[in-house]
Amino acid sequence: MSSTPQTQHPKLRDPDWTRRWLGFCVFVVLLWPILVATEFKPWILVEPGNLKISGQFLSSFWPLETNAEFLTMVAQGTWRTVAMATVGVVLAMLVACPMALLSCRVLSISALCGRMGWLPFGVRLLVRWVLIVLRSVPELVWALVFVRVVGLGPTAGVLAIALTYGGMLGKVYGEILESSDAHATQNLLRNGGSRMQAFFYALLPSSSSELASYTVYRWECAIRSSVILGFVGAGGLGQQLDNSMKMFNGGEVATILLVFMALVAITERISNWLRSSLS
Amino acid sequence: MSHKAFWFALAFLVLVVASFASLDLQWGQFLSLEAARSMGRFFAEFVPPDLSPVFVSKVAMAAWETLAMSALGTLLAALGGLLLALPKHRFLASAVLNALRSIPELVWAALLLISAGLGPFAGTMALGLHTTGVLGRLFAEAIENAPQGPADALRAQGVGRVQVFFYATWPEVLPQLMSYTLYRWENNIRAAAVLGVVGAGGLGQLLSFHMGLFQMNKTATVLGAMVILVALVDTLSYLWRRALKS
Repeated sequence: MSSTPQTQHPKLRDPDWTRRWLGFCVFVVLLWPILVATEFKPWILVEPGNLKISGQFLSSFWPLETNAEFLTMVAQGTWRTVAMATVGVVLAMLVACPMALLSCRVLSISALCGRMGWLPFGVRLLVRWVLIVLRSVPELVWALVFVRVVGLGPTAGVLAIALTYGGMLGKVYGEILESSDAHATQNLLRNGGSRMQAFFYALLPSSSSELASYTVYRWECAIRSSVILGFVGAGGLGQQLDNSMKMFNGGEVATILLVFMALVAITERISNWLRSSLS
Repeated sequence: MSHKAFWFALAFLVLVVASFASLDLQWGQFLSLEAARSMGRFFAEFVPPDLSPVFVSKVAMAAWETLAMSALGTLLAALGGLLLALPKHRFLASAVLNALRSIPELVWAALLLISAGLGPFAGTMALGLHTTGVLGRLFAEAIENAPQGPADALRAQGVGRVQVFFYATWPEVLPQLMSYTLYRWENNIRAAAVLGVVGAGGLGQLLSFHMGLFQMNKTATVLGAMVILVALVDTLSYLWRRALKS
């Protein structure tokens, strides 16, 4: 039995006390200008005037709008939203696949022996920069741009999804290909296989399920995006929601929101199920 | 398995073909020479970006507003998410989280404009609400999956639940929660940049204003600021997360 080292408690004190308080003070000092910049005044939500408007709007949510004509319109809008996301993601894959192949280091022949040549290195760098620019402009901004060129309608929305998601897919496809086991690919390349052969017989089979799974996940995100794109005139559920909101028609807004939540839940289910059966 | 794969492929093809067929896509119009020319003209108007000091300082102010919106929105969401991740009985909390999560920021913003009025406050709240849904779910999973050893050791000593949480669970999950929060911040800066399009302040509001007036040089500056801001936040968050790991 060892003797108990300490029977009387010295004053119990947090050893990290100073650091915690300092951290807290820095936090408050940083937070203050942020609160000012965002005009953070939660109390305006409960000012009598605003409260009355919000209350009226919220209470008009019930009863839901359920006449047949409106529901048909919502159904059409839902399908358009799904279709826009699907077409957008398919086009994004068309953008992403060649870019990912170009940017991917595993398929470089000059990198097999030491350093990559400077020309292939330059091309890869350039492709990566293009992908960064494509995905760092939000899809809504692309949509605003394309609405000016092709006019209102789904074309602008589809193109916007294709470009932003093309950038995202291209980057992640490249990463997946690079992180896959390079052994088989390099074996083929070293033994004189062409790059196409190396890709189709070694690289693609070893990473196809991961690629497919990420694409499905992005499709799920694209459905959310395509609702948002409706707000700038690309059609679908988003546009209907925008219209109903502008007319302060609470019943319609509530119906569309519920349909939208159901749509998101269903696509999440499908996507989870697909991904779990892929892995 | 190949049977299943066949049905997957078939369903995928049907979905794609039906989607292409049902949307009236104006490829003819988009791929025509006329469209290419108007696209060219459109992008040519972007240069030179308006770099006059007055406008640049206006854009910088808007960029700061966007940054502040994204930071505060994420912070509020982290707090809200934590609160909703804690309850033992998950049913109600996860229903709330799902509802918050499935409505995108932009839709929340449009809804909140009615009660909060135009400006960055509505945008901040919108980011906060949507992100609460996302973070709450991730936090709940992280807390559930935390190793129980230290917590059990404290419980065996008869320590109360609150103290067990703060002295055992919290230090264990904190790095993970931080990294989730930072990851969402990267997402939110992108979202905050466009929220202004519906009137919720920041760079987006400037963008839709100048684009609406066809002032393309100014639009180009705003777009440039967006790209820089996004890159800046990505770098910051990357460095922060790396510091957390070491």
